Formats: sequence, C-alpha cells, structure tokens
Amino acid sequence: MTRHTLSVLVEDKPGVLARVAGLFSRRGFNIESLAVGRTEHPDISRMTIVVSVEELPLEQVTKQLNKLINVIKIVELEPAASVQRQLLLVKVRADATVRSQVLETVQLFRAKVVDVSPEAVTVEATGTSEKLDALLRMLEPYGLREIVQSGMVAIGRGARSITATAVR
Amino acid sequence: MTSATSRPAPGEPPSSRPGPRPKPAPPSGAPVRMTGAQSLVRSLEAVGCEVVFGIPGGTILPAYDPLLDSTKVRHILVRHEQGAGHAATGYAQATGKVGVCMATSGPGATNLVTPLADANMDSVPVVAITGQQSRPLIGTDAFQEADICGITMPITKHNFLVIDAADIPRAIAEAFHLASTGRPGPVLVDIPKDVLQEMTSFSWPPEMRLPGYRPTTRPHGKQVREAAKLIASARRPVLYVGGGVIKAEASAELLELAESTGIPVVTTLMARGAFPDSHPQHMGMPGMHGTVGAVAAMQKSDLLVALGARFDDRVTGQLGSFAPDAQIVHADIDPAEISKNRRADVPIVGDCKEIISELIDAVRAERENVAAVDLTPWWNQLNALRETFPLGYDWPEDGTLSPQYAIERIGVLTPPGTLFTAGVGQHQMWAAQFVKYETPRTWINSGGLGTMGYAVPAAMGAKAGVPDVQVWAIDGDGCFQMTNQELATCAIEGIPIKVAVINNGNLGMVRQWQTLFYGERYSSTDLGTHKHRIPDFKLLAEAYGCAGLRAESREEVDAVIQKAMEINDRPVVIDFVVGKDAQVWPMVAAGTGNSEIMAARGIRPLFDEDE
Repeated sequence: MTRHTLSVLVEDKPGVLARVAGLFSRRGFNIESLAVGRTEHPDISRMTIVVSVEELPLEQVTKQLNKLINVIKIVELEPAASVQRQLLLVKVRADATVRSQVLETVQLFRAKVVDVSPEAVTVEATGTSEKLDALLRMLEPYGLREIVQSGMVAIGRGARSITATAVR
Repeated sequence: MTSATSRPAPGEPPSSRPGPRPKPAPPSGAPVRMTGAQSLVRSLEAVGCEVVFGIPGGTILPAYDPLLDSTKVRHILVRHEQGAGHAATGYAQATGKVGVCMATSGPGATNLVTPLADANMDSVPVVAITGQQSRPLIGTDAFQEADICGITMPITKHNFLVIDAADIPRAIAEAFHLASTGRPGPVLVDIPKDVLQEMTSFSWPPEMRLPGYRPTTRPHGKQVREAAKLIASARRPVLYVGGGVIKAEASAELLELAESTGIPVVTTLMARGAFPDSHPQHMGMPGMHGTVGAVAAMQKSDLLVALGARFDDRVTGQLGSFAPDAQIVHADIDPAEISKNRRADVPIVGDCKEIISELIDAVRAERENVAAVDLTPWWNQLNALRETFPLGYDWPEDGTLSPQYAIERIGVLTPPGTLFTAGVGQHQMWAAQFVKYETPRTWINSGGLGTMGYAVPAAMGAKAGVPDVQVWAIDGDGCFQMTNQELATCAIEGIPIKVAVINNGNLGMVRQWQTLFYGERYSSTDLGTHKHRIPDFKLLAEAYGCAGLRAESREEVDAVIQKAMEINDRPVVIDFVVGKDAQVWPMVAAGTGNSEIMAARGIRPLFDEDE
C-alpha cells in the first residue's frame, strides 16, 4: 500500500464532507488525514485527503469521488512536486529540571513554545508528518501529556494553480 | 463546508461554465409572487412532469394544495410509498422520461428508500420529492423527522435539502437534469414544510449551478479507432450489450453495428429487448441463468465489446475465470464503471448512441484497409452449442402446471409490443428467458438490487406512462404479497394492468437453492399459498376491484390468458397454480466460474471438449 495525497476542490455546500467521507468508508478505505478549508474562491472549498491504498482501488475511489455532483476537481499531489504541511500542538511535561533540554529539542526542530506553566510547555510545530513524528519521538521521554494534530495540507510547487482551471 | 449559509453573494457571476438548460423550454417570465408550494408545482409543470405518484402527509401537505389545481400534473394516490417509488421507475423505464414520486417526511420518506436504491442500481431517472420538518425543528427529533438526505446519500445520484423557497425552481430543474443526463439515476429533493409555506417569487427557467457535473457524451476518437481495430481483427468477438443501450436509445445503431460486422450479440437482464430476440445473431442472455450459448460465447471470446454494461457479478460469475482469453473494449457513460471489475484494454467514455454510431464508421474504415476476418468457424462453434443446449424445460413429473409454460404462453399470445414487468426470483428469470423481446422498453425489472415486489407497482407506473400498451406484471406469489396493495390504486385510478401470479406456493428461488445447496432442507420457504390457499389470489383480486382468474392445468392456460386480454375496464389478476419443484436452468452456481455452467442439474456442457 502506498500513501496518496489528494487535493479535492468541492462546492462549499452543506453535507459535502459527509458525502466524501461516506464514499471512502463505504469502500472500506481509512482516511489517514483530512483537512478542509476555504480557497481564494468564495464558493469553493479544498479538501486535502491522505489515504493509503493500492493503485487500482485509488483509481476507483477517485472516479467515484468525481461522480459526486459537488466535487469539482481532484488532483493527486506527488510528495516531490508539492509542499506538504501538518500542524502539531503538543503539551510536554517539563518542570524546571528538564525544561532547558525540552527547549533545546524544540529549537532543533524549529518549533516554538506557545504556552508555558510550571509543569509543562506547549509546543507548536509544522512540517511533514515524518518531521513531526521525529519531534514527538524526541519529546516522548519527557512525557507527552496531550497531542493534537491538524490534517495535512498540500500545495503543488511552481506557479501553476489547480483552482485556476477549475472555476472557469 | 459545514456551514449551511455560505452561498454566492447576489450579483456575483456563477462559478460554473454555462450549464445545459432543462429540455422543455416554457416561456420565461417576470418573477411572480407565490408560496414555495406553488413554486414547486409550477416548477414541476415547467420541467414537463406529467404524473406524480405519491401519498400526502403532514409536512408535504402544503404542496398537495396547489397540486389539486394543476391541469398539467396528474397525481396518482398510491397505497404505500414504496409503490410510488417503483411506479416512478416503471414510468421512467417505459417512457424514457423522468419518473416522479412524492412522500411526506419521516416514514413516508424512508419508505422510498428501497425504490431509490433500486433506481440507483439500475440507473433509472427518478426524482423523489419529500416533505421535511420545518427548519426550526430540524435536528430536534421532531415528529416524523428523518434525515432523509443523510439516509439516501449512498443510494441516490444526488440529493438536495432546500432551505430557501427561492431555491425551489433551481432545485427542481437541477434534479431533473441530474436524473436524466449522464448516467441516469435517482435524485431526492427534501423540502421543509415552512419553506413550502413561505412567500417567494417564481421565475422560469432558473439558472442551474452545477460546476462539478460535466458528463462526457462524445467519445474520444482515438479510442473508437482502437476499438475498431480490435473488432476488425478479432476471431471470436462478442457484443456484450447492457441496459445502457436502452437508456441511450441506441437499439437501431446496435442493430446496424451487429449486422455490418456479423458479430454475435448477448443482451443482459437489463438489456432484454435492446436487440431482437428473433435475430439470428442473438445468442440470448448471459449470466447466472443465461443461455449456454451466451455464456459460452463470452467464455470463449477473444474480444468482448461491452456496450453500456458493467460486468456485474451475476454476469461474470467468478471474476478471475471470466472470459479468460478476451480483450475488453468497454464503452460506458460512467467512467467509474470502466475497469471497475475487469480491466479494459480499450476504454471508451461516452453516450452509447454516439459511441456505436462512431464505431460503425470506424469499423467500416478499418475494413477498407484490412481483410475481414472470417467468423464462420466462430459461428459454427456457437451454433453447435446453441443447438445442443437450447433453452427448455421439463414438465413436472407430478402432473402440476409448468410455470415456464404459463409464462411462455403469455409471451406467445400477447400482441407485439406488449410490455412486461417482473418481480424477483424464478418467475423473473423465466420471464427473461421464455418471453421473446423484440423492442426496447418492453421488459422492465429490478436487476441490480433484486427488489421483490417490484412487478405490480412498476407495471402500474409503466401503464400510466404508456396507456395504450398492454402491460403485464409477471409476478411470484412471494413478490405479489409484498406490494399487491397497489391493485387498489390501479382499480380506482383506471390503470388496467394484467398480473400473472406464478404461484408455486413457495419462495421459489430460495427453495431452488435449498434443493441444490442445502440438502433439500426447506427452511421458511413454504408460503402456504398452496396448502392453505391463504390468501386466495382470485378472491383477493376481486376484493381489490380487479378481475380474478385462475388456471391450474395446461388446458386452462390459453383460455385464461385470452380472457384476461378481453378485460380492459379493470385490472386482471391470474392465479397460475404451478408446481413447486420447477427450477431455473441453466445455472452458474454462485461463486463458481462461468465455464462450470450447468445446462440442467448435473449436466455440465464441458467446454474444453470441443477445442
């Protein structure tokens, strides 16, 4: 199984997320990560969906997605030709004895501390899921109290825009 | 996405390219003030809807008031919403137009679930209009509230919850457009009661906004030429014809393609009538209960040209051993069907009518360069199979009436062009096998979903759509008891259908499987319609204001069919009391490969022998 990142342009209408999610679950695919947000066009939203499937079922799911009336366009973004980012917020146990070590790790990963209390710091980091996993591995020995992660968002490299042709 | 309010600001240009308009072009006028309910009825009139099958109830009530005044839209009050849904599909399949059904919220809407799933599987253009609880009550578990858009999401082509009365004309126009174009299918429009009641302005035509909907109808020229190359060089080609050919109204083109190439044709359960049964190139129906000739033709083929067909498991049998030597040309309007089950060597996306037309020319052009392949050896092989294993049946040893005979005689005695519907089970397969279909839209059944109870309401809808055509529902005693309440509708609304109940006293197809695969242990398949004669179908018919007839022996069959054809002032029900041990043959047992087809119990034509 390989990981695929799909950028799906959809009409900004109620129920679209349910339609897309239902389509994946009905065919037994697990969505690894999902992010939804607005675009530069007020009536178009963009979903970034990460799934692990074989090539053939992916083709079928893409075709089925295309059949949804509210789906305007689907583009698969290759990791090498796109910028992919996730946001991570993690609360790390860090009292005075280890805080400086924790902060050093945070700096190594170019993450930042966004909240601090006597027992813990909250770290914000962005990056690919590999980078965020690596950060979490480094912080784990101190004690991870709470983790929250956004879905992956991705955009193709270069000047071309996938939305430009979709709305003509 | 999750916000219910974000819509384009007024005056903003629509984001879509200009979409096609609904087909009938009524005069466009200045906006007129009216209620949402009036706007709904005006929209239905404008889009060309002639008949609505439905039942009123609390939330849809506002729509029924202006419906009373409409001179263009006839409402047929059914007895159960499932009947309304199947009637709409029967109407749609008989006429080629969009069938419309209407129901109230909650149970009314959920009773439409089966017919919508049925229409979705068989790609039937249907629009369902449901009432919904008023906007402030949505989500509060109010009386008769059901999230019908959520419920029908996976079984409709699309659905709408209309939250502003101003959107009603657009929703109706879009619903009819979506239902009838591309790969047809059911569309549900859910309208809250207070939306129907509020004042709005109606103008027609509305502007459709479907930026994500662009069905491909023109086939790609290069793919057509590739297909033509394969067709011209194949030694054992087969045209595998599905229901899409009927939906695309492409029977004339199919006939020309078949005759100009000499290629054998098979028609699936959904395509019966797309190609004349009497045509010498017709090998019959493929699949689980197809003819040995049709199944063998596909298994031995070196090129399958699938036209509006979807390689359903009931056609392919075990997929891995299906047509092992065949290259595949797959033409369908739905790109998602292509290579879904069997990988296509040449995919062609488009409307079957256009594809077949272009194929005819492309094959002709190809033939100018390449010498035609002699198909005689192929035909010799197929004709031998066809002669050795013709469709047939044995008379029951216990002296009871043969169900196949009753069905065969109905086919013989009825005039050309008679329309048949069927339920699901043994009688359906026999009706597909032993009635001969010469023209499209004369055979209507539930193919994909296999919905028992389909025959009577579908016949009602079909007859409402084509009142001058004789319409027969060939039904089983199990199916008939699921939806026969619509006989009351037929009797009262003047829809004189004829129902042949093939009454073997059992859930016959299930019983057949118990005979073959469960050691003749008949668990819960005896309905008692023989043993106790409960119900007595003749009396039941009369209670419903229909004529009730019965035939129990071979001698009575023709007379009772003639009698039924003489009665045209009310529906007729014939109780054909038939033997319970008759079986549907040939058969490819579920989960086995098509090469293991049995012509009759224990008789395998052994395909490898003659190679």
